[in-house]
Amino acid sequence: MTNTLHRYGDSESFHDDFILFCIPARGINDEGAVEKQKKFLEICAKHQPSNMGNGNRGSFNPERHLNPTAHWNRDHSPDWQGVIDGVEKPGTCAAVFNSREKAEGALRDVIAADLGLSVNMSTSVSGAKACAEGCGIKRHSVEYSLGFNDPHDHLPNSQVLKLSTMCGHGMVSFNMARKMLDMVREGRRTPEQAVATLARFCPCGVYNPSRAQRLLEESRDHSG
Amino acid sequence: MRIDPSKCVACANCVPVCPMGAIYIDPAIKRATINEEECVECGTCFRGMSQEHLNPTMVRTIRKLAKTFLFRFEPEPDVCPTAAFQMNELQMPRVVRQVFSDPVVEHVSTGIKGRGTEEVKTNDVHPRVGVGEVGYTIEFGRPGVGVRFRDIQEMTHALAAMGVAFEQKNPITHLMVDKKTGDLREDILNEKILSAIVEIKTTIKEAPSILETVRDVNKRIDTVTAVGISTKCDEAGEDKLLAPILDEMGFSYYRAKTNMGLGRASNPGAVKEEAHDEHLASVR
Repeated sequence: MTNTLHRYGDSESFHDDFILFCIPARGINDEGAVEKQKKFLEICAKHQPSNMGNGNRGSFNPERHLNPTAHWNRDHSPDWQGVIDGVEKPGTCAAVFNSREKAEGALRDVIAADLGLSVNMSTSVSGAKACAEGCGIKRHSVEYSLGFNDPHDHLPNSQVLKLSTMCGHGMVSFNMARKMLDMVREGRRTPEQAVATLARFCPCGVYNPSRAQRLLEESRDHSG
Repeated sequence: MRIDPSKCVACANCVPVCPMGAIYIDPAIKRATINEEECVECGTCFRGMSQEHLNPTMVRTIRKLAKTFLFRFEPEPDVCPTAAFQMNELQMPRVVRQVFSDPVVEHVSTGIKGRGTEEVKTNDVHPRVGVGEVGYTIEFGRPGVGVRFRDIQEMTHALAAMGVAFEQKNPITHLMVDKKTGDLREDILNEKILSAIVEIKTTIKEAPSILETVRDVNKRIDTVTAVGISTKCDEAGEDKLLAPILDEMGFSYYRAKTNMGLGRASNPGAVKEEAHDEHLASVR
């Protein structure tokens, strides 16, 4: 889940980016973890997540047998139940929220469910701390991102980076992010359509469609 | 990865999809082609694109007609209309590209998907990093640049020379032939991957020299790095040791992964492990 740690943006940029995930430890609490992970996702699904994933699939997925009519009426709705049912073995399950209130609400219910799995939150340092305090718990450990070090100037502009790095495994390419920015600016795709396209490339389901939509809209509105 | 030339219609939808920019339309054969040297076998093209199963001859004819009349296509940008991508059965050493680049492939060394270990994500039940200790995840190649093992070895050599302890279960450590020198397997050195993570742990007082070394080595290797640095909070849930060091060194660290401390041992016979590291004991 280093894949949720290094996202490009400043602290303010993460005000709508909260990732809550649970993970069993091998040999310590992984027996019977599948049902607990499903419970975790069920709890998160009640708090209006923007995306969810179980390590194998997210809520937005590519289709192996797409009907050509999809070019005119493609379904961009998330599949929460598919993510929950798709948990097959112990691993990381994650949910993305677009507000601190939703993330904190989900965390509060996860605490009450007493699953016994390790639960982490990836967001701004202050955001996670506020959620912990709001739920009456103390942080156990913290891993800070020191950002990207690019001495050879490989990286593209900040808009592309913000969109691309939300898939921490690098499955959303710079070129695809750039293409979606251009298509939205040119009016060839709505932000919602562009976001669904990007999210489908992230198999872990940690891509944040809400933040991506905001970034695309800001890019379009500020390019005039 | 392979593109079946009998199916490809050169629509170029796949060209921007590739995180390494390794796909292009070859004008000689008028088909999408993969630069094998740059491809990291991440599977984004095969798995990330939706597939139609249209007749290639029909699609080529329609495209040719539209091209003649200068019509502009507006198809869905993430669709391969003829399902032309095929995954190859890979052998060593090339298979390491897939193992490190495809997030749905499990590492043999860790038993989990992804490039690292559980890190501090399970620090509440499997203590890796204690108060006064620092864990590091030094990631190479991401976003969007990639890295060869030869460059990663530059870093492991430098870190090994400082006497650090490499995380035993980490996939890169698994590929070391000598953990004292940081030497990686010779046969993989030229393989390119999307990203990899080196994990180490030190005492907190060593943090500045480690971070400076990482920054210096990065100047010599042609890729990007991203460092994650972790510690255990005190009983009040605060970090009063590592954050001041990062402040002093001028690092920005406004994003973090925070372990909420909700885990507990539940497997029959499992007990909460105590932090123990021979290397750390020796340097204290």
